[in-house]
Amino acid sequence: MVYVEMKNVEKSFDDLEVLKGISLSVSEGEVVSIIGPSGSGKSTLLRLATLLDTMNKGELSYMGEQVVRMEHGHSVYEKPAKLREIKADFGLVFQNFNLFPHKTVLKNIIEAPIHVQKRKKEEVLPEARELLSRMGLSDKEDYYPSQLSGGQQQRVAIARALALKPKVLYFDEPTSALDPELTGEVLKVIRALAEQKMTMVIVTHEMEFARQISDRVIFMDKGVVAVEGSPEEVFGSSNQRMQEFLGKLSAN
Amino acid sequence: MNFQVMMEQLAGGMLASMGIFFLTLIFSLPLGLLVAFGRMSKNRVVSGIIGFLISVLRGTPLMLQLLVVYFFPYYLFGWSIAGWRFPAIIVGFSVNYAAYFAEIYRSGIEAIDKGQHEAAYILGYTKTQTFFRIILPQVIKIILPAITNEIITLVKDTSLAFSLSYMEMFSIAKQIAARETTFLPFLVSAVFYYVFNLIVAFVMRRMEKRLAYY
Ligand SMILES: Nc1ncnc2c1ncn2[C@@H]1O[C@H](COP(=O)(O)OP(=O)(O)OP(=O)(O)O)[C@@H](O)[C@H]1O
Ligand SMILES: [Mg+2]
Repeated sequence: MVYVEMKNVEKSFDDLEVLKGISLSVSEGEVVSIIGPSGSGKSTLLRLATLLDTMNKGELSYMGEQVVRMEHGHSVYEKPAKLREIKADFGLVFQNFNLFPHKTVLKNIIEAPIHVQKRKKEEVLPEARELLSRMGLSDKEDYYPSQLSGGQQQRVAIARALALKPKVLYFDEPTSALDPELTGEVLKVIRALAEQKMTMVIVTHEMEFARQISDRVIFMDKGVVAVEGSPEEVFGSSNQRMQEFLGKLSAN
Repeated sequence: MNFQVMMEQLAGGMLASMGIFFLTLIFSLPLGLLVAFGRMSKNRVVSGIIGFLISVLRGTPLMLQLLVVYFFPYYLFGWSIAGWRFPAIIVGFSVNYAAYFAEIYRSGIEAIDKGQHEAAYILGYTKTQTFFRIILPQVIKIILPAITNEIITLVKDTSLAFSLSYMEMFSIAKQIAARETTFLPFLVSAVFYYVFNLIVAFVMRRMEKRLAYY
């Protein structure tokens, strides 16, 4: 089943055309990595997919249900009530975590299931503790985010997103704000999710990681998909921009 | 007039001053939040009008505002203002302090990282839930020192009610001092304001400590 479908998406900020007709389709259980140079529009694409921002043109569907359609050459969004419903289908892990600093680790995780999904606390608590143990953070449930390392905070953020049982999980450079020695622990958690067939779309600069866990890799450049395919196809591509991009990365 | 009678009269004034103080806080703290919303409204007309009103309230003397609130029903509509004195004082103080609090709330709300709103949005929180569960608790921690400053000023400002001849601490002290030609009532009222403010500062420090958990 196709979980996410974006068609011919265009987005401009004033005169700056950032996305110039991008299509993206993600199927159940798929892990898709998006790579590309800074400013190519990767974050913007995720912000449109997660409804944090609105597209100028193009269409968007979740689970076969149309959320954004084209009318008279412009994107038209469903009503807010419908959008709220659709939001239950996906989660997003931010580069800088965005945990709630005034709440403990456990509260960060259980609040949305209780207050948004209106589930019972007795039911949510064991699930939250189970998630924390999968993240290797069982002993940290009463800590505040500021008392944790970046890698621990990001793992809490992943647990917070998973607690709502999303169908698709988006990541926007989940390890870019971390010291190199903390990157591994977060990547390990994402790798475990991939093994459990969690549907994920990951924007990342970790090329080796993308190559290993992705079913499909998308190389974005200047607002378009320049190369798309299996990791072998994309990393072995003779596309000149792709080669330059990889060359620059290995030069660093 | 013996000492005891004088102290009893001054005690009545203290209660009156404290009444102004607490009622003003009760009304102006929530009102300030509403005004802050108006000030931050996306509607340019609304935010412009509210911004102008805030600047007038902060830019003119409170004493003048009290006189305007007290006398306007009479001058504008010819209504009797009997019994309006105390309500007028509370309205005048509350509106004036709401203007100051509004600017404090606004600076606090704007200081919150937009990632907090975005995280809450993605998790499905409504706007109201986001504000009361995520934003406001963080705002309160940020603005508490500024709020403390205003509250300390309010303790002293309650004496401005004398301009409407309301019998609060300062008016009574002045009256007794004139009648009995003694300096003592002024001393007593100075001690009152000072001790009151010590208590306020103590309570606010306790609150700041309690919010220092993260
Ligand atoms: N809110 C905005 N207003 C104006 N311009 C924006 C806005 N958001 C993004 N842009 C611009 O859009 C372009 C694409 O930005 P985007 O953040 O999507 O790139 P990216 O591929 O995620 O880059 P990076 O790898 O650095 O994160 C950039 O030129 C950026 O300056
Ligand atoms: Mg980005």
